[in-house]
Amino acid sequence: MSAFDSVTAARANDRPTAVDYITKIFGSSFIEFHGDRRFADDKAVIGGIAELCGKPVTVIGLEKGRNLKERMERNFGSAHPEGYRKALRLMKQAEKFHRPVICFVDTSGAYCGIGAEERGQGQAIAENLMEMMTLKTPILSIFIGEGGSGGALALAVADEVWMLENAIYSVISPEGCASILWKDATKTAEASECLKLTSQDLFKLGVIERIIREPKNLDSTMFESLKNLIAQTFEKLGALDTGTLLNKRYNRFRKY
Amino acid sequence: MNTSDIFNFLKPKNELENQGETVENRPYIPDELWVKCPVCKNPVLSSDLNENKKVCPKCGYHFRIAARQRIEITVDEGSFQEFDADMVSANIIDFPEYTRKLKNAKINSGENESVITGYALIEGCPVILAVMNSQFMMGSMGTVTGEKVTRAFEYATEHRLPVVVFTVSGGARMQEGILSLMQMAKTSGAVKRHSDAGLLYITVLTDPTTGGVTASFAMEGDIILSEPKALIGFAGPRVIEQTIRQKLPKDFQSAEFLLEKGFIDAVVPRGELKATLAKILRLHAAQNNAEEGEKI
Repeated sequence: MSAFDSVTAARANDRPTAVDYITKIFGSSFIEFHGDRRFADDKAVIGGIAELCGKPVTVIGLEKGRNLKERMERNFGSAHPEGYRKALRLMKQAEKFHRPVICFVDTSGAYCGIGAEERGQGQAIAENLMEMMTLKTPILSIFIGEGGSGGALALAVADEVWMLENAIYSVISPEGCASILWKDATKTAEASECLKLTSQDLFKLGVIERIIREPKNLDSTMFESLKNLIAQTFEKLGALDTGTLLNKRYNRFRKY
Repeated sequence: MNTSDIFNFLKPKNELENQGETVENRPYIPDELWVKCPVCKNPVLSSDLNENKKVCPKCGYHFRIAARQRIEITVDEGSFQEFDADMVSANIIDFPEYTRKLKNAKINSGENESVITGYALIEGCPVILAVMNSQFMMGSMGTVTGEKVTRAFEYATEHRLPVVVFTVSGGARMQEGILSLMQMAKTSGAVKRHSDAGLLYITVLTDPTTGGVTASFAMEGDIILSEPKALIGFAGPRVIEQTIRQKLPKDFQSAEFLLEKGFIDAVVPRGELKATLAKILRLHAAQNNAEEGEKI
């Protein structure tokens, strides 16, 4: 499978979104919470609390929507500053109540628009990067589809970062890269290769800890094993004292 | 929607297309006797412009300024001690054309990377300084840029010193792929540790500051200053126009616009920057010393 096949798969309309993961892993235990307490509720970010194998967790996802109507409502998964601020609010809440945080990442990038700039898109992402680095509770980020640049990283300063086999994670979209490199936005296949954006490439580069194999149609067995893996990982991370956890997180990013 | 284009800031057009090679639209002053100010269109004598810290004496337009000259006009004479001057980037993910672009950037700027870091005194106040350089691949942030900034913050934390960073950047450096994105997290981690140690960090945003630098250490200062009219944003204006399919209002993303929206503390003309920095540093000096400050 080529890098561009992964790009196509990661963006496929029928690919499960964050809501699907939340439903299949946490079932009816998930309670959604809204708003950043400052400006608005950004529907590109879904967040709340849930139960995982008998223990409370905070769940946050970048949600693209599963049909056109939902996609419009969710702004195609491109968050505004208030989305990142909602995520941070929920993470701070998780820290207060000592529950781990799981983030599902699926976005082509943070939204580029007038309102996003007026309300400080750069500042909102920067604050998440800083605050997540010292959040005193375990954080796990799973890339389920697209991981578009800073808008994805703002939910991925984590103790471990995993990727679905066909998810992608990149500093720039292949289209953007191609238009800069060859002045031709259609050379996305070549650009996809150059950027090293597949789960295999990123594993080799040491950017992610784990690749989640994708069975055909992403059936329920995958969600079940993913659920167990998440629970085991939180158990492992939860056993560390806070100082060790934060040092490990700092060094995880310090090495790049 | 090519939202991630934001990390390769799209202005001016020519610069992007020849990243790090030629710069035509406005930033640099050629070795000529006379320079035409791009704003007031008046001819200015090159030597006068240099004397005036590259600010147009007629209309106050701030030309872009090379990192070395920035250091020269900001710190006390002879006080600057550079860190990691020999650290150079490599083509780590074997990206097309990157080796050549790096070579050109070095020739173009006379520097090894897009940031210069070191220790200096500003009106007698010790600081750790990081100054970005638009002449090196439009100040894009690669792994060496991130490493130098991170080391500067770690040094400052260890020695209990304030940090002053001058930003100018098109964003994360596409040619280093995901590893350039990771620099945003790495530098933010170092800023956070410095902040948690109770130490002062001042950022000075200069034209242009965008993308991954805006979305990391540029916006993480305790105090955020900017030069007048500097373009500051997350996404570049061209990317936004492409996304929303409409023209942006005049002065959108200017320093003055950000001031009005509440994202920066003050707009300070270049001629007053050194004194302003010194004033802020002095007001924090007592606090640093009180916490068993170690001096170099």
